[in-house]
Amino acid sequence: MYRETQIVSDVSKVPLEGGEGTFTINVGPQHPATHGVLHLVITLNGETIINIEPHLGYIHRSIEKMCESLTYRQFIYVTSRMDYLSAHINNHACALCVEKGMQIEVPARAQVIRVLMDELTRIASHELWWGAMAMDVGAFTPFFHAFRERETINDIMEETCGARLTMNYMVPGGVMHDIHPNFQKRVKDFLQLYKSKIHEYDELVTGNIIFQNRMKGVGVLSAEDVISYGCTGPVARGSGVSCDIRKLYPYEIYDKLEFDEVLETAGDSFARYLVRLKEMNQSIRIVEQLIDNIPEGDFQAKTKAVLKLPKGEFYTRVETARGELGVYIVSEGGTTPYRIKFRSPGFSNLSILNHMVKGAKIGDLIAAMGTLDLVIPDIDR
Amino acid sequence: MFLVDYIKDVFGAIKSLATGMKRTGYYFTHHKEIITQQYPDNRDTLNLPERFKGEVVMPHDEHNEHRCTGCTACELACPNGTIKVITKFDITPDGKKKKAIDKLVYHLELCTMCNLCVEACPSDAIKMAQTFEHSVFDRSQLTKVLNKPGSKIMEGVE
Amino acid sequence: MWSFSKIANSIHEWLSQTFNATWTTIIEMVIAGVAVISLFAVLGLVLVIMERKVSAWMQIRLGPNRVGPKGLLQSLADTLKLLVKEGMTPNGADKFLFNLAPYIAMIVAMLLLAPIAFAKDFQLWDLNIGVLYVSAISSISVISILMAGWASNNKYSLLGAMRSGAQIVSYELSAGLSVLSIVVLTGSLQLSEIVNSQANGWWIFKGHIPAIIAFITFIIAVTAETNRAPFDLAEAESELTAGFHTEYSGMKFALFFLAEYANVFIVCAIGATLFLGGWMPFHIGNWTGFNNIMDWIPSSIWFFGKTFFLIFLIMWFRWTFPRLRIDQLLNLEWKYLLPISMINILLVTAMAILKWHF
Repeated sequence: MYRETQIVSDVSKVPLEGGEGTFTINVGPQHPATHGVLHLVITLNGETIINIEPHLGYIHRSIEKMCESLTYRQFIYVTSRMDYLSAHINNHACALCVEKGMQIEVPARAQVIRVLMDELTRIASHELWWGAMAMDVGAFTPFFHAFRERETINDIMEETCGARLTMNYMVPGGVMHDIHPNFQKRVKDFLQLYKSKIHEYDELVTGNIIFQNRMKGVGVLSAEDVISYGCTGPVARGSGVSCDIRKLYPYEIYDKLEFDEVLETAGDSFARYLVRLKEMNQSIRIVEQLIDNIPEGDFQAKTKAVLKLPKGEFYTRVETARGELGVYIVSEGGTTPYRIKFRSPGFSNLSILNHMVKGAKIGDLIAAMGTLDLVIPDIDR
Repeated sequence: MFLVDYIKDVFGAIKSLATGMKRTGYYFTHHKEIITQQYPDNRDTLNLPERFKGEVVMPHDEHNEHRCTGCTACELACPNGTIKVITKFDITPDGKKKKAIDKLVYHLELCTMCNLCVEACPSDAIKMAQTFEHSVFDRSQLTKVLNKPGSKIMEGVE
Repeated sequence: MWSFSKIANSIHEWLSQTFNATWTTIIEMVIAGVAVISLFAVLGLVLVIMERKVSAWMQIRLGPNRVGPKGLLQSLADTLKLLVKEGMTPNGADKFLFNLAPYIAMIVAMLLLAPIAFAKDFQLWDLNIGVLYVSAISSISVISILMAGWASNNKYSLLGAMRSGAQIVSYELSAGLSVLSIVVLTGSLQLSEIVNSQANGWWIFKGHIPAIIAFITFIIAVTAETNRAPFDLAEAESELTAGFHTEYSGMKFALFFLAEYANVFIVCAIGATLFLGGWMPFHIGNWTGFNNIMDWIPSSIWFFGKTFFLIFLIMWFRWTFPRLRIDQLLNLEWKYLLPISMINILLVTAMAILKWHF
């Protein structure tokens, strides 16, 4: 499936690195456009990008190794620090894996609460991405407008889970607390706010001619590219590759819910942008279906005080805001995992960056990188 | 026809730009939409939800008594080694030795506020406090002893 | 009623009585120099706080509100901070050019103030080729940016400077052409005469459609020429960190910052003079009562009001639009603005010959 990158004609004569007329610049680890500490070494010929080399390791914390020394209850909370924008969904994947190994039956109420929180997290993550995306292409105002809605979600999280970003609400077998009595009302308020403001997103950014010119036809990825580089999530769906884990391998109650997998076929930056915007609306749909139908019952299954996974290998995957997150646990039968591997969406999505923007301008690199929605701690666990 | 498309392009572009400017112009003139909170000024009215995880504290009643038995369940539950329980042996009035806590050392600088210790505690001795202004000039001030000096275990807590 | 021209005249008379002609000229030059520098200092403070407040309100924020009444002294505090900061020169930089560049940016901005009519009969230097002078001098500002970018010995700076060079050189064309359309209508390059020609109506009303097109082209072109968003490619925060002034710190950075705002003020003042009648009050046909009320407002207020309206417009652009890419920026100029303003100048010429304007 792998095919050689196509370089635009005028650059093709220039040798890849160190050739005459080229120079290298370091973008990052401290740079306003990399949203964290990503380090890119870029070879340029004037404004045109010839090669990009991402350097990882700047915030490597060896989360996978750390998890090997933690018990099955404890390691879940460390994973909040991987993709901190969808912390709840990360925790969900880990809890699912432990439940799969222990064969714990999660109560219906807990499942609904988990899905509700997942979708709220997804909206919050996409909101932040939207603001940061606009800031990448030079519009500063949308960032603050996005935060208005995002803060509302954060407030809901704070009330029910006790924290705004790293919620730590998930335990094997359910959720830590029952939902707050105000939860349903506040979520409905949020839905109302969101619906009254969502048209502004189109007015400010989507419809803007400058923005469209910056995004359309930039960073085009074909379906083959996406599959061969292992991209998932909105990046793959922007190129027409159906890969929504919620649809393909439904977990929790996703198979009973009505929502569409958003697909765009253009494969350019604008398609990825649209996928995320539409995904927010689908998440809103899910929240609307569930918010009035939270079943009564326990929010947590009865589990043993000390969890021991049987000997074997367990793998679960969930759809985070960025793509497919896989959790792979090798258990020797003890209280701690023998080996844990996370398949994080950001790592594969970053790997396509060089392919995506070769031959483009620096401005395109920043805009296209924005559509990948990179969270660096997720890449560099 | 090229000319028609050209003019259409120009007008479409101007229209899309005007739409954006209308939106920012709306917010420029409508100041009641402002969402900023004046943080240090609104400290008195700041209302944190009761589940907010700020730091671990040990509630004491009016007799300077707590509910901690020194079972170290919290210490075992903590993923980061944040809590260290130092036990001693008290002599009860009837001459028996009884295990009790000497110090419950809590390292705020290591804590990730995961709430696992509170969940693990069998006697509800610790809980999360709704404080969040944790900055200090010296990191050693973040290492706290949760039980107050001279405190002892409440009657009836085993 | 007070006016700038009366104050200037009384100072001139007093000086002429006290000293001989040479000394009078020298002292007047010194006064003018001090006045220009202090105007710049005040403009810097006012425009920075204005930009911060405008951006804050558009971004549903409050903006600076701690220093002074309603935060109005914030920019003063910022200036103090910048003054006491260390002005570093990076290793390997061309020290002479590096330190010279901010001053050139500033001097160019100051030179541009000379022909601007701030109020009725109040002008530093009413030279007969005022418009030409302005467009000639404003082209020099690109040299300071190129100098800063080159001398910094930083690749980001160099990229920013090169972008800025391409940008300013191309946008000079359509800015010049749209200015030219007013010159065609007026038949004079002298700014005072251009203002006087608008006594019976501003050119944007008298020249109707061609003048409006020229005005829009002018605003877009000068936004690009002053490196303001959406054309801030020379700085392009998310791409080049800070572009040509990445390596500057302290007061040298502040001079670039100040020069940017001074340039914005000047191009807006030129725009107000050419299209909106400079210090001329707003008159409607034969409404004598209304016109008298308008005349009663001092001419300097008219001038500054119009200028600040245009400045607000440019700030509004900045806080609404995303940034263009460098090739799109040049496309916009060469494929859209330049053809449009060329056709427009033909229209204007035809209009001027056939007397189609009011």
